[in-house]
Amino acid sequence: MASTVTAPRSETVSDDRRGGAPRRRDINSVGIAPWLFLAPYLVLFLAFVVGPIVYGLYISLHRYDFTLPNKPFVGLENYTDLFTPGSITFSAFWQSMRATGIFTVFSVPLLLVVPLMIALVMNRKFPGRNLFRAVFFAPYVLGVAVVAILWRYLLDSNIGLVNYYLGLLGLPDNTAWTTSTPAAWFALVGVTVWWTLGFNAVIYLAGLQDIPRELYEAAEMDGANRWQQFRHVTLPGLKPVLSFVTMTTIIASANMFGQSYLITKGAPGTETRTAIYQIAETGLRNYQMGSAAAMSYVLTLFLILLSLLVFWLFRDRETPKRQKAGAPVQAAPLMLRQGKG
Amino acid sequence: MSASTTPSLEDRSATTEPVRAERTPTGEPTGLKVRRWVRYVVLTVLAVLFISPLIFMVVTSFKTRADSASLPPSWWPSPFSTDAFATVLGAGTDTPVLRWFANSMIAAALHATLVVTTAALAAYPLARMEFRGKKIVFGAIVATLFVPPVILIIPNYLIVGQLFWLDTLIAIIVPTAASAFGVFFLRQFFLGLPLELEEAARLDGANRFQVFWKVVLPLSRPALVTLAMLAFLTNYNDFLWPVYVLFSPENQTLPAGLSTLQSANAVRYDLLMAGAVVASVPVLALYVGAQRFIIEGVSRSGLKG
Repeated sequence: MASTVTAPRSETVSDDRRGGAPRRRDINSVGIAPWLFLAPYLVLFLAFVVGPIVYGLYISLHRYDFTLPNKPFVGLENYTDLFTPGSITFSAFWQSMRATGIFTVFSVPLLLVVPLMIALVMNRKFPGRNLFRAVFFAPYVLGVAVVAILWRYLLDSNIGLVNYYLGLLGLPDNTAWTTSTPAAWFALVGVTVWWTLGFNAVIYLAGLQDIPRELYEAAEMDGANRWQQFRHVTLPGLKPVLSFVTMTTIIASANMFGQSYLITKGAPGTETRTAIYQIAETGLRNYQMGSAAAMSYVLTLFLILLSLLVFWLFRDRETPKRQKAGAPVQAAPLMLRQGKG
Repeated sequence: MSASTTPSLEDRSATTEPVRAERTPTGEPTGLKVRRWVRYVVLTVLAVLFISPLIFMVVTSFKTRADSASLPPSWWPSPFSTDAFATVLGAGTDTPVLRWFANSMIAAALHATLVVTTAALAAYPLARMEFRGKKIVFGAIVATLFVPPVILIIPNYLIVGQLFWLDTLIAIIVPTAASAFGVFFLRQFFLGLPLELEEAARLDGANRFQVFWKVVLPLSRPALVTLAMLAFLTNYNDFLWPVYVLFSPENQTLPAGLSTLQSANAVRYDLLMAGAVVASVPVLALYVGAQRFIIEGVSRSGLKG
């Protein structure tokens, strides 16, 4: 492969060009240029993404304690322990998986429906719409630390706003939102919905605006009422967006950490300690890194199976090709919601 | 509609009429008018309720200690006090909020720079050059979009430890900088740029890097700004990683620091709200100033990439 990036060569090109035919082949030959462009990214990518994925597998096959000199190979023991009732890690891990499951099951439907309703109300051109959109999106730009500390205050059982206003409405005003279940689940789910609904609403809104107006006009002429229009025009038109939102919301909920760490601290007991929380504590506080790595691989497997299930549920029955092309595109902004819970 | 001239003009005026009517309140049927007002009232009430926790956060940060812990809650600080800010921002404490603020800003700015630089450089050949291994590289990058980051926590902690980066800002800036999303996002953008300009520059003797630097990057400013914003926000708000890799009080970022502030002052909500306000100011300012980039970036990502 010839070098194409050096300055002298470009001079030759312009000389040649004066002589006659443009050297298209030469212009398109790339040599090592692409690899020079890719190099900085690939260094980071290999060192902190691809490498760690393999290294994590290696760690999970050892009794790996950061603080101890010996890290003996134990084969699949860390994994079999996770599936052996009575082992040290079994109950802690599955309780945290249960916590993640409960949180996901209750937060995802709300995060799919509430933002859709907001987006439908805002799917008209009216003065001030962008301001409303900005308001509903605003909490999302804040970090989980700010959001959780704020709500820890509002949910305080003695001096919190939530209990105070519930009392004014004649409802119980002494709920221990952060230290008892099921109240803690309501708190964690509620805070998360408040925090992240703007993200889903903005995506829904963009999806709604892509549905051609003519479809509604045609439906109206056929005598369809508002519900029928929603059912037969809006929902089908929104399908790709719906599958994207469902996917990202499930993954984000399954990665919930900060709310539980700061609002409930896993309380009562470790009942609201999520899987990520458990993995971080096992590996980075108790330094049982082999166990923690095994847990993260089991959790990852669950997440992958869940993603496949969502793909399958939303698969396009009429035109299977489109779905295939859409998949990676739709996964792209996962990064934006990772860990946002 | 476009077949003959005169009817088409009439057609057009007929179709634009209702739209115009909807805009001017006088010519509008009462039913529509009422519905419009209902929508405004409902949306305004919802928006105010929705944003009220943030307002209360700001209000509380200007309250005295006693005021912040008293019921009924007041929506205006009386007396107005900046003691909470003075305390959390004051030097010589275990919770140097100002230092954390600086740490967070430096880390997020360098992280965003690193993300945009590496992603733009990587995205360009993936969009514009043909070479062996291209499909494998791009496939591998896209595949990692599906890998949940939890899998990286333990090994990256050990790698960062072996590099002696634990308890330093480098641990916050570098390991998360290989943004698969960034490469994907910028590649899509580069693919949409007109090829002619690049070809013209090549014929004028520009090398690959000059084309990238002088033609492609200036055309891509909106995409680069969007990615920079998103990377800044993500890094500035990141919580789990800094909590576990930073130990010393003076090395914390704001989110991790707020967590220690909370453990140290569990019921000093005036202090906690002041800390939370300090942490919110940069992102809210960024949001107000660059709302278009952030919201457009998010909404576009859901559809076209």
